[in-house]
Amino acid sequence: MLWSATDSFGRVFDTLRELEGIRRSLRRFDVPSTVEFPAMNVWVSDDNAVVTTEIPGIDPSALEISVIKDSLTLRGSRQTEELKEGESYHRRERWHGQFTKTLELPFDVESRKGEARFSKGVLYISLPRAEAEKPRKISVKSE
Amino acid sequence: MSETEREIQKKEAETLETGERTRACRIYSPYVDIIERQQDIVVIADMPGVDENSVDITLEKNVLTIYGRVDADTPINHRLSLSEYGMGDYQRAFTLSDEVDRDKIQATVKNGVLKLVMPKAELAETRKIPIKAEGVGGLMNLNLSHS
Repeated sequence: MLWSATDSFGRVFDTLRELEGIRRSLRRFDVPSTVEFPAMNVWVSDDNAVVTTEIPGIDPSALEISVIKDSLTLRGSRQTEELKEGESYHRRERWHGQFTKTLELPFDVESRKGEARFSKGVLYISLPRAEAEKPRKISVKSE
Repeated sequence: MSETEREIQKKEAETLETGERTRACRIYSPYVDIIERQQDIVVIADMPGVDENSVDITLEKNVLTIYGRVDADTPINHRLSLSEYGMGDYQRAFTLSDEVDRDKIQATVKNGVLKLVMPKAELAETRKIPIKAEGVGGLMNLNLSHS
């Protein structure tokens, strides 16, 4: 092999990885991990929600973002390099395929006022909170 | 299923710390694809949050290190209500073989993906050592032609 990743644990690490694999395969018997591709972070303020997700290498025009009330759905796909004759993978760790992910936001949002930006492989979706859902200040009247 | 789980969660880099770090953030090991082609070897690394100005590629002896600096772009005045991934820099090191032509390595970053193209050295040319004849026969021929 031309290549080897240099990790500090060498073979010990490989063994650990195998053990990790066994542990993972046993995990199907308990509650599965809730994280689906792509991993998302949600930031909220009183009148806005920002959803960020790391999807490097994706063509942003092929992304589909849909919002209904408090649920956000993201659809897209990432293809790997097409291999030609005589080419081969030494390592293949990057995620590929199609994905659909639906996320429950903490409040209803105005889908029409949403904005999305894709920068350096990170998608930012900004969604203003629905007017009816905004926290209201109650003024206290003195008698 | 275990396969997809493995690939989704970011993995922290297993780096040998050689000194105190000045940046207080995590370091992740980027996921890579390595493809061997006829003329070159291609390394593709997922480094979301990194652009061409924030990636460092160093080659020391035969160790190629890629380091991507991520400046956290977090919304102002927002608090995190759901966190499925962490943010931090990226680092990963590879051992190069002699087959790579070190002077011709090319790197590009697009949409948070680093692509390194490393042409293979032309083995036949670099490894061939020309042998000069220093035999008696040659000298004899030379003498003959002068006479």
